[in-house]
Amino acid sequence: MSSARDEILARVRAALSDVPADEPAGAEPPRDYETSSPLSGEELTTRFCERVADYRANVFRTEEGAIPVAIRETLAAHGARRVAVPADLPDEWTAEIPEPVVDHPPLSPEDLDGVDGVLTGAALAIAETGTIVLDGGAQQGRRALSLVPDLHICVVRAESIVGSVPEAVEALTPGAQEGRPLTFISGPSATSDIELRRVEGVHGPRRLEVIVVA
Amino acid sequence: MSFEPAPFPVAARRELADSQLRVNLRRATTTIRTKRAAVVSELPDWERLREAGRRIKADAIRHLDEHLERLEESVTRAGGKVHWARDGAEAIEIVARVAREHGSDEVIKVKSLATDEIELNEGLAGRGIRAIETDLAELIIQLANDQSSHILVPAIHRNRAEIRELFRRELGVDELTDEPRELAEVARRYLRSKFLSVPVAVSGANFAVAETGAVGVVESEGNGRMCVTLPRALVSIVGIEKVLPRFRDLEVMLQLLPRSSTGERMNPYTSVWTGVTPGDGPQEFHLVLLDNGRTNVLADPIGRDALHCIRCSACLNVCPVYERTGGHAYRSIYPGPIGAILTPQLRGLEQAPTLPWASSLCGACYEVCPVKIDIPRLLVHLRGRVVREVESQGRPDPEAVAMRAFARILASPRRYRAAQRAGRIGQWPLARRGMIRKLPGPLAGWTAVRDMKPIPRQTFREWWEERR
Repeated sequence: MSSARDEILARVRAALSDVPADEPAGAEPPRDYETSSPLSGEELTTRFCERVADYRANVFRTEEGAIPVAIRETLAAHGARRVAVPADLPDEWTAEIPEPVVDHPPLSPEDLDGVDGVLTGAALAIAETGTIVLDGGAQQGRRALSLVPDLHICVVRAESIVGSVPEAVEALTPGAQEGRPLTFISGPSATSDIELRRVEGVHGPRRLEVIVVA
Repeated sequence: MSFEPAPFPVAARRELADSQLRVNLRRATTTIRTKRAAVVSELPDWERLREAGRRIKADAIRHLDEHLERLEESVTRAGGKVHWARDGAEAIEIVARVAREHGSDEVIKVKSLATDEIELNEGLAGRGIRAIETDLAELIIQLANDQSSHILVPAIHRNRAEIRELFRRELGVDELTDEPRELAEVARRYLRSKFLSVPVAVSGANFAVAETGAVGVVESEGNGRMCVTLPRALVSIVGIEKVLPRFRDLEVMLQLLPRSSTGERMNPYTSVWTGVTPGDGPQEFHLVLLDNGRTNVLADPIGRDALHCIRCSACLNVCPVYERTGGHAYRSIYPGPIGAILTPQLRGLEQAPTLPWASSLCGACYEVCPVKIDIPRLLVHLRGRVVREVESQGRPDPEAVAMRAFARILASPRRYRAAQRAGRIGQWPLARRGMIRKLPGPLAGWTAVRDMKPIPRQTFREWWEERR
């Protein structure tokens, strides 16, 4: 029996018989599009905050020493008490949570469904598109942790904000080559499936709070 | 549920009778068009991104065999299992096998055109497995036993009142208004228990990276994240044309796709995973590489450009034909301009010979296509193929005979004048209120889809002769 694999590859090769045999595969496309953003420093942070707010997520700007206060106020604003955290979150952050629930040993999906929210860091953020990227690295935990709870509070450090999508992809490449799972988050979950009316919040966290630390 | 077959002109005429549909569609397409135009104009390098996108896809397709082998190697190295499916039945069998291995008679599904194309849900049902659609629009379509009419927003033809009735009836919710927020909330409650308990998920993919084995799903609601994260096993059914050579190519596609598709700078969620990650997400990953007619498309050196499509649906939203007929008239999961070139090639020209004519060749689709597929050129190319390979089948084709006669008339001013005079006499029983709507006999084909101006009482030449 010829396997499906062999047959499909044979069909592909037969179909491509007009392609010159010496034409190399994987030719680089022209990359004359913008690969870096003209923005820098404070401009990046400002642009990122504006773009996140466009998605109707809340943005809270603060500085290093005031992170615990920002966390406390955000939790209070949502009345969130039982909040899940990855095991490697700084103690000063976790200390602000009335009832922290550490994802170690791993919480079941039902446990995660039962908490009021989740608090994580981020791998990086993109100013141009108002996007947060998680790659399962430090202070982020596994994917289910930041997905199942209905409120996601994410701490983004200003120095991790890049200008453009190409800059983000470049920074994420080493991790991607190791096989890290990536999640790009741009605002809370949304749907426009009914009469194209945008509704924030379907299955992913319905509320996204971003604490930007300069 | 599959489409009842009908040639495009017949199906389109039926859809055109539904004025509510046209109102819904015009509002919807206008909204998305405007949003797209706004976010595209923000990027000064849009045209350069489009060209890069076109070149990336062209290389992926022209060297598809090498990229697929590399993808297989990368996914396998990362702990995934790669399957190959010649057709839909083989792909469905793979999903059924995984579900059985996990002792489950249910699978949860991410919105995926490839799985709709192979009618996965019906196939699984025949094997005793229930597929649960988790995208809101797909859920609406599934509960209503309806058909998708748009690539991005499949239930675009349904209004909120209809959806409320559907949810009341099918999900047993009594107290419900037609507020979209409330309807979305009902879907959330219904699906949450499924996300938390069903052990097998099925997805498609927007791309699969040969270099690293990364597979990605671009979405809005978070149902995609749920499906690719929570179950024990994930099966992704991916058309072979979805391969991208390098991880870096994402920097182009992640800019082109959301702006062209939903008109957002970025869609709410994009998940990218590579094989299996210990302690994070499904510990079993199956990638099914699906042919199902794609190698036939590949065999046509001009037609193969249709495989560059990244399924953004921008071409639907700008198409004057789609805006009036809606998606159902195309009788395919791929409607609109891209469907008119993809469906006949995937299924065989004889299965959908009228679709390449479902266009005025205005070119708006080419202008918005994020990977610059020259859809009008492909439409004309496929029209030629249909005439040569399907309609004439060796016999002289009446249109070609008529065109040859017409060419002889146009070649001589004397013959042209004689023909005008003869035509003016011959047309009088046909012209009504300044239009010819129906020609007799073998010429009827010409007026079946278009009206014709009659020859005027006096031509310019005659007018000039009189005044000289």
